[in-house]
Amino acid sequence: MAVALILILIAVGSVLFHVVSPWWWTPIASNWSYIDDTIIITFWITGIVFVAVVLFVAYCVYRFRHKDGQRATYEPENKRLETWLTAVTALGVIAMLTPGLFVWNRFITVPDDATDIEIVGQQWQWSYRLPGADGKLGSSDTRNVSTDNPLGINRDDPNSQDDVVVEGGELRLPIGKPVKALLRSIDVLHNFYVPEFRAKMDMVPGQVSYFWLTPTRTGTFEVLCAELCGVGHPQMRGTVMVQTEAEYQAWLGEQSKKTFARLSAPGN
Amino acid sequence: MVDVPLGSAGAVPPADVEDMSLYHPHSWVTKYVFSQDAKVIAVQYSITALGVGLVALVLSWLMRLQLGFPGVFSFIDANAYYQFITMHGMMMVVYVLTALFLGGFGNYLIPLMIGARDMVFPYANMLSFWFYLLAVVVLVASFFVPGGPTGAGWTLYPPQAITSGTPGGQEWGIILMLVSLMIFIVGFTMGGLNYVVTVLQARTKGMTLMRMPLTVWGIFTASFMALLAFPALFVGAVMMLFDRLLGTSFFMPAMVEMGQPLERSGGSPLLFQHLFWFFGHPEVYIVALPAFGIVSDLISTHARRNIFGYRMMVWALLAIGALSFIVWAHHMYVSGMNPYFGFFFATTTLIIAIPTAIKVYNWILTLWRGDIHLTVPMLFALAFIVTFVNGGLTGLFLGNVVVDVPLSDTMFVVAHFHMVMGVAPILVIFGAIYHWYPKVTGRMLDDTLGKLHFWVTFLGAYAIFFPMHYIGLMGMPRRYYDSTDIAFVPPSAHTLNAFITIMALVVGAVQLVFVFNLVWSLVRGKPAGGNPWRAATLEWQTPETPPPHGNWGREQPVVYRWAYDYSVPGAAQDFIPQNEPAAARASLETVS
Repeated sequence: MAVALILILIAVGSVLFHVVSPWWWTPIASNWSYIDDTIIITFWITGIVFVAVVLFVAYCVYRFRHKDGQRATYEPENKRLETWLTAVTALGVIAMLTPGLFVWNRFITVPDDATDIEIVGQQWQWSYRLPGADGKLGSSDTRNVSTDNPLGINRDDPNSQDDVVVEGGELRLPIGKPVKALLRSIDVLHNFYVPEFRAKMDMVPGQVSYFWLTPTRTGTFEVLCAELCGVGHPQMRGTVMVQTEAEYQAWLGEQSKKTFARLSAPGN
Repeated sequence: MVDVPLGSAGAVPPADVEDMSLYHPHSWVTKYVFSQDAKVIAVQYSITALGVGLVALVLSWLMRLQLGFPGVFSFIDANAYYQFITMHGMMMVVYVLTALFLGGFGNYLIPLMIGARDMVFPYANMLSFWFYLLAVVVLVASFFVPGGPTGAGWTLYPPQAITSGTPGGQEWGIILMLVSLMIFIVGFTMGGLNYVVTVLQARTKGMTLMRMPLTVWGIFTASFMALLAFPALFVGAVMMLFDRLLGTSFFMPAMVEMGQPLERSGGSPLLFQHLFWFFGHPEVYIVALPAFGIVSDLISTHARRNIFGYRMMVWALLAIGALSFIVWAHHMYVSGMNPYFGFFFATTTLIIAIPTAIKVYNWILTLWRGDIHLTVPMLFALAFIVTFVNGGLTGLFLGNVVVDVPLSDTMFVVAHFHMVMGVAPILVIFGAIYHWYPKVTGRMLDDTLGKLHFWVTFLGAYAIFFPMHYIGLMGMPRRYYDSTDIAFVPPSAHTLNAFITIMALVVGAVQLVFVFNLVWSLVRGKPAGGNPWRAATLEWQTPETPPPHGNWGREQPVVYRWAYDYSVPGAAQDFIPQNEPAAARASLETVS
């Protein structure tokens, strides 16, 4: 009896905790509310299954606990019941997987009008490179890294000359414009993670990974590293500020004195 | 073993097989130390693994102290914290869970449950344990070398695992970790071949594959998988060791280390991740499948009811085992691999939910219309169902590629995998120890202490890991030495972290009750008799308890029925042992 009661309390208590607990995701600041929707669908389906299973176990413990003279029913198999349960499970899986795969397709398909930006991780800080007036980023290679070229940008690439380099500072993005973040690391694995954006991706030395998003809310958000990258991992923080287009352009204009060409010019 | 001809009665004629072909111990040392008896090896494996488990438990306390009360304990600096989480994870996954389920339960139960006298390669079996012990010694030694153990996280991802920004990366820690894993794998291979070949070759007369208890099926499938999965880790470890010691670039691209360019180029960090998870995902099921098998037998025995849908259970085990080799990259959705892999791996991962769900349905349908005895093993089995279903369902979040994106690398993942492959299998291990301890020692474990141990462990573990999902959903990253200054984390979350830490201390402390019970009952426990649970499987039908070397005395048992003849209508008792011949009444066996 006590066992059945405790099992019921676990089922009910878990649901209550879900409903009343103050811990929930951060208010979203990107276009990835589809991801939140998929999570909600998954919560519903899995929540129903969890409660149903635990309550069924509680019922069995209450109803079929040992009493003198009681005997269990001998029934090795029940084909119909087993087939039926398998089919229902398959339906539940399809209900979660289908929206999941559709949203994943969106997640990895970058819109044509997205602006490329580069995010570079290194132990233990974030740097950024934004395209200048030409709207294009120059090429880069870790083998180019030196004290006056910390991101390893290719000096000979004409596209890199007007790139704006933000080393260890704040990333700024205009609201409502799709952005493709090209992710690079010059040392170990890192992961660019802004909880409000929902998107995240590892940066791997030797290759370029990416994700894209459209900021939907102005404000300043904290950047965390989400891939253990050595002992300084939890201190690898930064901020990203989402601004209106006008504010962003004004700021970008001021940065023209920080273009790659000027920063790496001899005698600077 | 020798090929034994069968006599006319179908039994093994004793005269031909006096002493079988076993090497019998001649001294105390060959009986208890360098033993070739699978049961002694099982106990050696289990005690060693439980010892490692206690160390890993203390490590989890230390890391929880830092998370719950950041900065209060000055000896836990960031270096030490990462070393603790790394060693905790690797110890628990490989050196505790794998070793206990396969080396411990596998060795004890396989020969007894299939009616064999021992494993087929007893000498290799003995070596398997000593290699395991050596691996443990090498691993623990890393606490005492300059720089201490590696702090790369249990996944050991390069390049950070072997660079100077990580504790032990440029010192001894990572080397000892890799060497220890390699020794473990060599030792496991000797054991694993034994488990697989014994099941295939040494079953007693009448023990068809489809009459084997699910415990044997679970351990057999897991051993087979481990033989296929561990080599991937082995080559990964060799390659990383070369990268670390010989300057090769398997996993090292052109990169800088603390501002200085390294003389490496062309390697791929992702290659290691693929190798690691090609081992690492099957590893989850290497731990889970024996637990699935054991819990099936616990539920059936203590609910006095045949396991429901036995054939479906066997096929589900095999399906899970096979599918688990094509889902590994679901650990890598945000690793930077080709994102189109996501479609494939999300689909395979969610498909694996179907055979897993079938197993859950069959467990609870075994309870339904049963005669449930709420013994300590049964309580642990019920708690397993609750925690496994909980942890399995959160796996549907993480397996569904796009849902994984926000949750990956947060505390949600930590909560999920602890619930599903930490708490749930360990509850089965406890249940199994309460269940089989009487066979191993001849005495019962104390019931009152057992119930105390059960309730605190189960409810405490649930209170630790259930709320943890929500901190992760909020976005709190895992593997953070200190998260007090994250802007979006409210103070209430830090209070919750302190609560979780206190629960972890309590759950850890109650394990001492369990250890005390193990030792105390050895001397003072109630004598158990041969078959205290009135179970149908063969290990309870041995002529002597505890069974001596060779298990069966002069004649091996002959099997006439499946392992689940409980509450058969018309039978005198509510169970019929597997070695009881079919009487005049019509056999109700439907599975053969």
